[in-house]
Amino acid sequence: MATTTDPKGGSFRLSMLLYDSRYRSATIQIVALIGFLILIGWLVSNTVQNLAELGKSVGFGFLGERAGYDINQRLLDYDSNDSHLRASLIGLLNTLLIAVLGCIAATVVGVIVGVLRLSQNWLVARIMTVYVEMFRNVPVLLWIVLSMAIMIETLPPPSAFRGEDPAASMIVSDSVALTNRGVYVPEPLFGRMDEEGAYTSWRHSLGDVHLFGDSPVRFDVSLDLVAILAILIAGLLVSGLVKHRADRIQNATGVRPRTWYWRWGVVVIPLLLLLWVLGFYLGKPELRGFNFQGGTHLRNSFIALWLALSLYTAAFIAEIVRGGILAISHGQTEAAAALGLRSRRIMSLVVLPQALRVIIPPLISQYLNLTKNSSLAIAVGYMDLTGTLMGITLNQTGRELETVLLTMLIYLLISLAISGAMNVYNNSVKLKER
Amino acid sequence: MKKSVFLGALAVTGMIAGTAGAATLDDVKARGSLKCGSNSGLTGFAAPNANGVWEGFDVALCRAVAAAVLGDPQAAEFVPTTPKTRFTALASGEVDMLVRNTTWTLSRDVDLKFTFTGVNYYDGQGFMVPKALGVSSAKELDGATVCIQTGTTTELNLADFFRTNNMSYEPVPIETNAEAQQQYLAGACDVYTTDASGLAATRASFETPGDHTILPEIISKEPLGPLVRHGDDEWADVVRWTLNALVAAEEFGITSTNIEELAKGTDNPEINRILGTEGTMGEMLGLDADWAKNAIMAGGNYGEIFEKNIGESTPIGLARGLNAQWKDGGLQYSPPFR
Repeated sequence: MATTTDPKGGSFRLSMLLYDSRYRSATIQIVALIGFLILIGWLVSNTVQNLAELGKSVGFGFLGERAGYDINQRLLDYDSNDSHLRASLIGLLNTLLIAVLGCIAATVVGVIVGVLRLSQNWLVARIMTVYVEMFRNVPVLLWIVLSMAIMIETLPPPSAFRGEDPAASMIVSDSVALTNRGVYVPEPLFGRMDEEGAYTSWRHSLGDVHLFGDSPVRFDVSLDLVAILAILIAGLLVSGLVKHRADRIQNATGVRPRTWYWRWGVVVIPLLLLLWVLGFYLGKPELRGFNFQGGTHLRNSFIALWLALSLYTAAFIAEIVRGGILAISHGQTEAAAALGLRSRRIMSLVVLPQALRVIIPPLISQYLNLTKNSSLAIAVGYMDLTGTLMGITLNQTGRELETVLLTMLIYLLISLAISGAMNVYNNSVKLKER
Repeated sequence: MKKSVFLGALAVTGMIAGTAGAATLDDVKARGSLKCGSNSGLTGFAAPNANGVWEGFDVALCRAVAAAVLGDPQAAEFVPTTPKTRFTALASGEVDMLVRNTTWTLSRDVDLKFTFTGVNYYDGQGFMVPKALGVSSAKELDGATVCIQTGTTTELNLADFFRTNNMSYEPVPIETNAEAQQQYLAGACDVYTTDASGLAATRASFETPGDHTILPEIISKEPLGPLVRHGDDEWADVVRWTLNALVAAEEFGITSTNIEELAKGTDNPEINRILGTEGTMGEMLGLDADWAKNAIMAGGNYGEIFEKNIGESTPIGLARGLNAQWKDGGLQYSPPFR
């Protein structure tokens, strides 16, 4: 009888590295690894040598120099005397803003479209199909440019709001202005001031806390916001306790007490009381000089980018959601119906929890795609990280290698953070195997 | 998978290894064409005409250099660059020289490692507004929305101007001149700011140029000139002296019409030296003896190029101003050909 096992014992010969199946794969891997490392080392040394020949040194000292340029959309205070580091931070926050809002909007639209595409209504299902195919099959850059062009060309300029008989007027009782420079909406303010800048009543804002002094990462925390969030969270917790008690009574007696006014009241009433104490009011935008002043200015570049990215990514998410729902066998739905569950509960208790396991992993990639696609912002002049650090800062300092590497590193960290967070969520919904 | 990573890395290193060496003049001669970084489209300075042939004030300088080096003004190839990509294009060797309304500044000269080889247009940053806005001075622009090309010195000048005058503004960063036009004409910004020459060129391409006015304030010095990579002095000399030859030609009255006549020899030794009938100027530069003659014949002398592309007879209608010959009170001054 022939045996196929390798011969045991015997001394080790060098040729065995190649001809012995026990060692061969390790040999190949080690050789490949060494080759790869040599290649990387050569690339790095080549780059350093080329830069040295050009007389350029690699260093990040430029980040501390005066930036000298202005940024229109700033979530933190910034002016042209701040450093390049501060300017990059402002750009990073703009990137994060568009990424977070984009992911939220894309998910909402995507889930709705995905479910509607499975609708029994022929017209609704077909319209959703057209939407998905249109957005999915055209490059996102074109959607961004198109939505910007639509904003610029169709909406009136602020000057159209001027004069005796203006061509355009504000909407929602004169508080929202739609212009081709963006949308001006009322902003929340706390406590009215008189002309000397003193509050006119005891009800006024709590002020801000300044963190990190004058450093490039300084930021102000609004105590008003902290107080509002604290009251809101406390209210939600109490509301949760009320629900818990109702559940307990229902389990014990079979009758659920009427609690909706309690559950709303503990959240809404303290919040309204706090807003009253803070002297909350809405500051309406007004046309003064060249532009609308006051209110919050949602710039057309921001809106165009947000809309285009969300609608584009939503088309992909819709397909993922549709696929996830179709992956749950129809028998599950029928079985749940046979148990007497209503269709809404079938969806929320039976189908979706199982579908989520299929939906979440590809959804992570869509979130990553949206975040990375947000770097197309410069096409419409939205000052994100690519526009500040890898745009103007690169141009003013000429530090191509450093800025590009730094930008890549930051995008890498953002993406890893998103996939990390989504993986935690995925673990919480995935099938528990015991 | 491993293989494809490997091949990709090889391709990348191949590209890096392929960038240009130091002797640009030899490279250009060997290649038989001059690669010129130009504007992606600015009427009068650099834009393709209806037949797709590049023409303009900056283009003419490139053609002159191509004529001086290769004897053929059509041997210039134009690579359109944006304000953001232009320096990378030059530094990486993608283009041999850059003539793209680029301001000569210390940091570009010293820190970015380029060599500016002269000034072909003395400019300054200005503002253009629609007449309907009723603004007559840049000091009245407090609170305005300003369209600005990103990645340029104008961005910094603008920030400084509004800061020193204690005014606020809303910058709208834009990648190219065409996008800026679109936003400006739609009223998405009140003001468009760039070099005054660029404003005039942009205004000339509007349907109703008369509805727009360029404000009198010039807020910066913008000496625009050709530049080459730092460290290749032979090549820098060629570009520098080609520009000087064009300027000197105007000074000595050498034009595209009388150049053949003058090239037969004149009483003026400097003209003879420029046109190569006397001395060995061409040889010193590593060029043919008639290099300057070819350069001038490509598009005429400095004054002719100015008048044909951006002068008062063109829609752009720029006056000579600072760009007149030094004899006429301007700044255009060529060192002697000796």
